[in-house]
Amino acid sequence: MKTILDPHKFNVVIERLSHQLIENHGDFSNTVLIGIQPRGIHLSDRVVTYLNTLVKTKLQYGKLDITFYRDDFNTGGAIHMPNHTEINFSIEDKKVVLIDDVLFTGRTIRSALDALLDFGRPQKVELLTLIDRRFSRQLPIQPDYVGLVIDSINTQKVRVYWKEKDGKDEVVMISK
Amino acid sequence: MRLSTRHLLGIKNLTPNDIELIFQTADNFKEVLKRPIKKVPTLRDTTIVNLFYENSTRTRISFELAEKRLGADTINFVTSSSSVSKGETLIDTAQNILAMKVDMVVLRHSASGAPHFLSNHINAAIINAGDGTNEHPTQALLDAYSIREKLKSLKGKKVAIIGDIMHSRVALSNIYCLKKMGAEVTVAGPPTLIPKHIDSLGVHVTYNLKEALEWCDVANILRIQLERQNMPLFSSLREYSLFYGVNKALLDSLKKEITIMHPGPINRGVELSSDAADSHHSIILQQVENGVAIRMAVLYLLSGKQEV
Repeated sequence: MKTILDPHKFNVVIERLSHQLIENHGDFSNTVLIGIQPRGIHLSDRVVTYLNTLVKTKLQYGKLDITFYRDDFNTGGAIHMPNHTEINFSIEDKKVVLIDDVLFTGRTIRSALDALLDFGRPQKVELLTLIDRRFSRQLPIQPDYVGLVIDSINTQKVRVYWKEKDGKDEVVMISK
Repeated sequence: MRLSTRHLLGIKNLTPNDIELIFQTADNFKEVLKRPIKKVPTLRDTTIVNLFYENSTRTRISFELAEKRLGADTINFVTSSSSVSKGETLIDTAQNILAMKVDMVVLRHSASGAPHFLSNHINAAIINAGDGTNEHPTQALLDAYSIREKLKSLKGKKVAIIGDIMHSRVALSNIYCLKKMGAEVTVAGPPTLIPKHIDSLGVHVTYNLKEALEWCDVANILRIQLERQNMPLFSSLREYSLFYGVNKALLDSLKKEITIMHPGPINRGVELSSDAADSHHSIILQQVENGVAIRMAVLYLLSGKQEV
């Protein structure tokens, strides 16, 4: 097990990502932020909390569950339990920033794009992730904002711990 | 997570955990049904046949909508226009449909136990949409879900089931479901329409409508099933309505406000008067609305491929 983001650097990265968002979206008047359930919302909560200290406009922030859009729904094993979706605003013609913790195969984001389009036609969709496992992609999907790019092989696991859930902020890589 | 059963044959075979799982999943589908595009592609690789050997409006439309909103392909089979009238048996009909690669069967049949019988002979998930006078599980689930939505929880709540208990599959499924979720149940109606020994299911029995209404938080009023009664069990509809019909004046005379439910179709003016059915007491249309979400949840939870 190897630590790839320690608690101190963890916060620095989240603050940097938030500043990059401000650089591209200004006062967020035409932008909405959407965290992907279940693990992306820890990151999106943090980013939104930090942005709120910097931006005066009220941020439009939602949560999206992709369970019903998965492509591995019927491949055997236990059924995936859905989480809450909460998008109480229109995304029509808005810039949408999707937020997830780890970008791995890209299949979650593929599902998220499908799910998102059922809520309307956004002007643009961007992707923000804390960790990008860049050599593991199975679909042509790339992030726009990345906390940390790592090189890993498929047998390795990346775990993100959140203070509010796991008692500490840390990202570790576990090799089998 | 998954249900403890492969088919939904009746509430009798479900555990309280199963029921809670269905409710939680239905919460998510209710949210889907509020979206601009009320459809998800979850079951796009699944084909479902609605095999209806008995008439139905609500249940069939509700199942069909639930299937379509999950992205499944659906076939509607109505016996009156099929080879059943040429004498084809239930198993043959089902086997022939399944030979065309159908994954799930929603069955309504006038014979009690038909879905159980079919489940022993064919290899597909079966959902009981009402079998004779036995069970109507999705109706009980949506009734309990609607009570849970209105009163926040089912535990300790008092539910009166009123009317034709004898011929009602809705009553039996409701009793199982409510008891499993910790509610108290009273059945009320004329003695001829209440089965003997029903108290062995753990319900209270009364023949006095007012007493039942004074006691309960929710009254689920059942339809008088004239089509299943082959001998007269009460003198006239007018007499029934006089003694067991629920109307607004009766509801207003109670000490507290109660919620009125009805599984439909309503015989207006017989078991329930129009002024009560259309009053603010009634959650009859919410029941119908919740029916789609509940059926989506059941289809979703039963559709997973089995582990080999």
